[in-house]
Amino acid sequence: MEATERQTKHRKTALALSIIPGFGQFYNKQILKGLMFFILTVSFAVAFADLINIGLWGIVTLGEKLPRDHSIFLLTQGIIAVLVILIGLVIYFLNLRDAYLNGRNRDLGIPLNSVKEQYRNVTDQGFPYLMLSPGFFLLIFVVIFPILFVILLSFTNYDLYHSPPANLVDWVGIQNYIDIFKLDIWRDTFLDVFSWTIVWTFVATTGQIAIGIFLAVLMNQKDLKFKGIFRTIFILPWAVPAFVSILVFAGMFNETFGAINNDILAAFGIDAIPWLTEPFWTKVALILIQFWLGFPFIFAMVTGVLQSIPDELYEAATVDGANIWQKFRGITLPMVLFAIAPILITQYTFNFNNFNVIYLFNGGGPAVSGQTAGSTDILISWIYKLTFTSAQYGKAAAITMILSAIVIGVALWQFRRTKSFQEEDMM
Amino acid sequence: MSPKMQNTVRLTLSYIAIAIACVIILYPVLWIVGSSFNPGDSLSGSSIIPKDATLAHYKSLFNTAESDYLLWYWNTLKICIITMILAVAMISSMAYAFSRYRFVGRKNGLMTFLILQMIPNFAALIAIYVLAYITGLLDTHFALILVYAGGLLPMNTWLAKGYFDTIPKELDESARIDGAGHFRIFWQIILPLAKPILAVVALFSFITPFTDFILAQVILRSEEKFTLAVGLYKMISDQFGNEFTTFAAGSVLIAIPISILFLSLQRYFISGLTAGGTKG
Repeated sequence: MEATERQTKHRKTALALSIIPGFGQFYNKQILKGLMFFILTVSFAVAFADLINIGLWGIVTLGEKLPRDHSIFLLTQGIIAVLVILIGLVIYFLNLRDAYLNGRNRDLGIPLNSVKEQYRNVTDQGFPYLMLSPGFFLLIFVVIFPILFVILLSFTNYDLYHSPPANLVDWVGIQNYIDIFKLDIWRDTFLDVFSWTIVWTFVATTGQIAIGIFLAVLMNQKDLKFKGIFRTIFILPWAVPAFVSILVFAGMFNETFGAINNDILAAFGIDAIPWLTEPFWTKVALILIQFWLGFPFIFAMVTGVLQSIPDELYEAATVDGANIWQKFRGITLPMVLFAIAPILITQYTFNFNNFNVIYLFNGGGPAVSGQTAGSTDILISWIYKLTFTSAQYGKAAAITMILSAIVIGVALWQFRRTKSFQEEDMM
Repeated sequence: MSPKMQNTVRLTLSYIAIAIACVIILYPVLWIVGSSFNPGDSLSGSSIIPKDATLAHYKSLFNTAESDYLLWYWNTLKICIITMILAVAMISSMAYAFSRYRFVGRKNGLMTFLILQMIPNFAALIAIYVLAYITGLLDTHFALILVYAGGLLPMNTWLAKGYFDTIPKELDESARIDGAGHFRIFWQIILPLAKPILAVVALFSFITPFTDFILAQVILRSEEKFTLAVGLYKMISDQFGNEFTTFAAGSVLIAIPISILFLSLQRYFISGLTAGGTKG
């Protein structure tokens, strides 16, 4: 191997020349590829120079002069500029990498690919990127971009009084977060909403899980008749779109014409209950409704698990003299909980963010005087109100960040325990 | 107690519990069906089985001069079907790339998806609103479809990738030896074998926009563009009680087809959710 002994420095030279994209490839005598890199870089720079220039200026200053500058447009352009720069950096990195690798091949005396081979390489290796690009493009614009936007927004004073085009928006650092925890009016509301969100999440979710497991176990008794019909009925609340059921419940709990007060409670001789005007009763109603809406899902899941528990386990327990309760505690419950644990956690995060039931039932009301949140608002519905009723965009974004941190924290904790994380195929 | 007695007691108690559960589940359903046949606009003095039942409310929903209901139905179906096609196309190609190719950035891409699926897509609702506003896409179905499709991608791509991974790679390899290209293997070998998971993904992609309220409420402004969720909410919030019987008829017409669709396909739902829960 004569070639390896020759101490050439092609890789370093190629890498150094590639500081101007394409020149490393020229040095490696891959003229066509070099030209492509060069042209791509130049056109990239020319096409996006203005955007990057204005965008970076805009994202730093958020505008200086009215009416010329629109802070939110500038913020948007700034994020796009940053994304464009990132894409540019990726291309630049690929250029450096290509020059270096080919230079190393030359150092090792491995012949470089011909133009034809390069073309095949590009189509082969490029195929997965081709398949991914439409989805990724959409993700960047409708998921990643909005997330970046909210993160940045939470560090601005964007609200009714600082709202373009009449006013400029400014960076305020972590002022929004400080206000939420320090200013009395914000802290009190935040604590009220937060504590109710936690109570709501735990009571509603635990209740629906308990009911779901109970009914599934009940239905799993071998000598029960009409199982098919009962199972279908039990799944029904899941089958009806939730927004329809919730609105129907809003009618049923209505204090003037609803069936709960007028028909059911009246039949038992109980006085009308102020379901929609008394915070306590609204909370009770919401939790009951969520039981109704949420148990069928757990019921269906647990039914599936129960059918997979081998009969021998129960038979052995019977021989050992276990009663029904002991069998449930010792065999059924552990197996069920183990099998559906990941799903249970998603149920908690789902209810933590269950906007529909809160908003559609009573709009988060009854209202609390002097607060931006109603007495049954959870974090997500409060964010909605801050955005669309009080135009407190900056604060709403800050609360969104707090909420997301909680949800992601729980989700990460969960995913560390599930298969996908340990899957060696991750790479 | 003799074992036989014990059995009878157990079964009786079970039937009682099941009966109570059935009443609680079915009562709201019967109440709303009853209300929809109730003459008059409000419910005062009504009973669950109306004495002089009427179809008037259903007729008025179908009268396009009187109500936008049919339009809302059409909007919803249009949005759901386009979202479904778009999402399934993107999800299957992304899952194929993630499952079958080893490329630079694959691991980071998968991690990004894993993290994104944890964030509920309406968490960025302020941003979606502001962005739709400044791009002039507020009050368009186009914006809504893009947001729905984008929101579906992370979780369902994981789901589909998990299934694709179980399809033996030998099939691709033998096809490759026979001269099939990348796309042909995807189209003629993987997709036909992945039909069960594609059905699940399609179902999710249809139902999610159908039952969504919050994003539609944020983006849609004018009544003739509403989806069913927003329209129905408007119907009830604008003049609560005054139009309740018409609202009831509208609810029944949504609940029946969707419930039938759901109940007949629930096997797929459950298999999809189980896979999604355990595989990430």
